[in-house]
Amino acid sequence: MLESLAFIIGTTLMYSTPLIFTALGGVISENSGVINIGLEGMMTMGAFVGATVAYFTGNPWLAFLAAGLAAALLALLHAVASVTYSANQVVSGIAINFLGPGIALFLSRMFFDGATMTKPIPLGGTMPRPFHNLFIWLSENLSGTAGRMFESNSVIDLIFDQDATVFIALISVFAVWFVLYKTKIGLRIRAVGEHPKSADTLGINVTKIRYFCVMASGMFAGFGGAALSIAIVANFRQTLVSGHGFIALAAMIFGKWKPQGAMWACMLFGAANALVVFFGRAASPIQISQQLLSMLPYILTLIVLTGIVGRANAPKALGVPYEKDSN
Amino acid sequence: MKLFNETKSKIIGLFLKENLKFTLISIFIGFLIGSITLAVAGFNPFRAYAIMFSGVFGRLNYIAWVIIRSTPLILTGLSIAFAFKTGLFNIGAEGQFIIGALVAALAGYFIQLPAILHIPVVILLAASAAALWGGIAGYLKAKFGVHEVIATIMLNWIALYLTNFVVTLEAVQRPARPVSHNIQPTASLMFFQQWKVTEEGRAWLLDNFLAREILRTPFNAGILFAVILAVVVWYILKHTTLGYELKAVGLNKHAAEYAGINVQKNIVRAMLISGALAGMAGAFHVLGNTQRVAILAAMEGFGFNGIAVALIGGSTAIGVVFSALLFGALQYGGTKIQLALGAPTEVINIMIGTIVFFIAIPRLIKILLAKFSKKRGEDNA
Repeated sequence: MLESLAFIIGTTLMYSTPLIFTALGGVISENSGVINIGLEGMMTMGAFVGATVAYFTGNPWLAFLAAGLAAALLALLHAVASVTYSANQVVSGIAINFLGPGIALFLSRMFFDGATMTKPIPLGGTMPRPFHNLFIWLSENLSGTAGRMFESNSVIDLIFDQDATVFIALISVFAVWFVLYKTKIGLRIRAVGEHPKSADTLGINVTKIRYFCVMASGMFAGFGGAALSIAIVANFRQTLVSGHGFIALAAMIFGKWKPQGAMWACMLFGAANALVVFFGRAASPIQISQQLLSMLPYILTLIVLTGIVGRANAPKALGVPYEKDSN
Repeated sequence: MKLFNETKSKIIGLFLKENLKFTLISIFIGFLIGSITLAVAGFNPFRAYAIMFSGVFGRLNYIAWVIIRSTPLILTGLSIAFAFKTGLFNIGAEGQFIIGALVAALAGYFIQLPAILHIPVVILLAASAAALWGGIAGYLKAKFGVHEVIATIMLNWIALYLTNFVVTLEAVQRPARPVSHNIQPTASLMFFQQWKVTEEGRAWLLDNFLAREILRTPFNAGILFAVILAVVVWYILKHTTLGYELKAVGLNKHAAEYAGINVQKNIVRAMLISGALAGMAGAFHVLGNTQRVAILAAMEGFGFNGIAVALIGGSTAIGVVFSALLFGALQYGGTKIQLALGAPTEVINIMIGTIVFFIAIPRLIKILLAKFSKKRGEDNA
C-alpha cells in the first residue's frame, strides 16, 4: 500500500517536471505583461536541441543548457515582435508554435538522415539520478531495516531516486518565487506587468525588463523540453511534446500566474499521468479505463476553475504592448 | 452626408487593401525565408519551389488532393475567425473537430437511413455535438469568467481521450485494428465511391482520363459544403443582427453592454457557432475522406492549423477560403520536395510560421516599406 502511494508520488514528480519548467517560463513572461502562447513551440525546440546535443556530446548538462539557450533564442523572436514592434502577442505566439517544431523537425531530418526522430542518447548521456548510487551504496552497506529502507522499490527509492531535472525544477520554483516577490528586479517585473507607464515614470526600462522576461521564459520552456527528451525518454520525436506546452500554459493560468500555484497545477496533471501508469500495470488492484482516467485532470481543472473565479488575477497590462510616446 | 459615406467607404476600402497588402507581403517574406532556409541547408530553393508547384498543379489528382486537404482547414479556419470576431480565441477548434469527427463516424455507422436523409442527419448530429462542446467553453466564460483559452485546451484533451475511449468499445472498434468501423455507404460524401470500383465504373474510367485522375482520390462533396458555409458565415457577420451583436461584443464589450447587447449571451452564441463549424470540419473529413476515426496518439492539428488559416485569411470568410487553399497546397506540395529532393518537408512549417509572424507585426512591414520607398526616392534624386 505504502509502496503504491510512493510509486504514484514518484511518477507524479517525474511527469510534472517538464510541465513545471515550462509553466515557470509562462509565469515569468506573463508577469511582465507579455502573453506567451508560444511555450509549446519553445518547448519543442528545447526538446530537440537537448536530445541532439546529448546524442553528439554525451553530456546531459551541456545538452540541458543548450536546450535552454536555443529556446531562448526562439523566444527572442517573440520578444522582438511583441515588445519592439507592438505585435499582437497571441498571433506572434502562434507563429512561434509553427516555427519551433518546424525548425526542430527540419534540423532533425538534416542531422539524422531524414528522420523526424533523433537517435537514442548513449548510456551516460541522459540526465543522471543524483541519489541513485547513494541509495544502492546505503542498501548494501547498512544492515537490517536501515539497509532495506534504501532498497530498490522501497518507499524512499520510489520517491527520491529521480532524474536531476526533478530537483532542479523544484528549486527553480522556489528561485522564481524568490526573485518575483522578494527582490527588486521581481518588483520591477511585476510593476511592468501591472502598470508599465508608472514603472516607466519611475525610471524602469520597460523594454529591457520585457525582453529579459520573454527570453527567460523561453529558456525555462527549453529546459522543460529537455526534461522530456533527455530525462523521461532518451530521444526526440515528432509527437514527444505534442500539447505539453499548452498544458503548462493552462497550469500557469490555473495557478493564478504564481510560480507555486503553477507548480501545484502541474503536479495535478502529473498525478493523473501517474495514476494512468499505476492502474495500467498488470499488477493493478482495480481495472479502470485508462482513457477515462486520463480525462480526469482536465475535467477537474474545469470544475475547479468555475469555483475560484480567476478573473482579477491576470497581470493588468497582460497582452498590451507598451508604447512610450502614445500612452 | 453623401460625402461622408463616400469617404467612409473609401477609407474602409483602403484599409482592406492595406490589410491585403500586408498579408501578401507576409506571404512573400514567408517564401523568402523558406528559400533561405533551403539554401542554407544545401538545397536549391528554385528547384524546390518548382517541384512544389508541379507537385500541386502538375496533375488533376494533385489538385484534387489539395482541395481534399484544404476542406477541413476552411471550416476550422472559419470557426476560429468567427470566434475572433466576438473577441474570443477558440483554441478549442481542435477538440470540436475531434468531437464532430467522432459523432459523424458513430452516426454514420450505427444509423441506417437512405443517403438523402442519412447525410444531413449525420452532419446535424456532429455539428450539434461540437456546438455543445464549444458552447461549454462559452458558458464557462460567460457564467464563471473562465478564460476560454484554458477551458478549450482542457476540452481538447477531454475530446481526445473520449474518442480513444469510444473507439476502443467493442461495438465501435474494427476487430484488431486501432480504428472504428467504416461508415455506411449511405453516409459517405465521396463522389461515386461505390460505382468507381465496379467493373462498369472501371471500364468507363479507363476511357476517361480526367474523371479517372480526380476519382483516384477520395474527392468528395465536402468542398462544396465548406464554400457554402463560408458564404453563410460571411452573410451572418455582414447582414444579420446576430452578426452585428457578435462584432459589437468583439470590438468593445463595455460599449456593447451599454448599448443593450447581452454580452454573456453572445459569448455563448459565438462559441456554439464556432464549435458547430469546427465540428462540421470533422464531419466532412470523416464522411468525405477517412470514412472512420482512429485512436489518436496526439492531436492531429486541424484546429491548430485552422488558427494560422484564420490569421492569414485576415479573419474574413473569403480570406479564410483562400488561405486554407494556400495552406493545403503548401502542405501537400511540401511532401513532394521530401520525396524528390530529400529536403525536409517541415520547411513548410517554417514558412507558415514566418507568414503568421509577419502578420502579427504590420508595423515592421510598414517600416520596411517606408525605408524601401525612401531609398528608391533617393536613387531617383
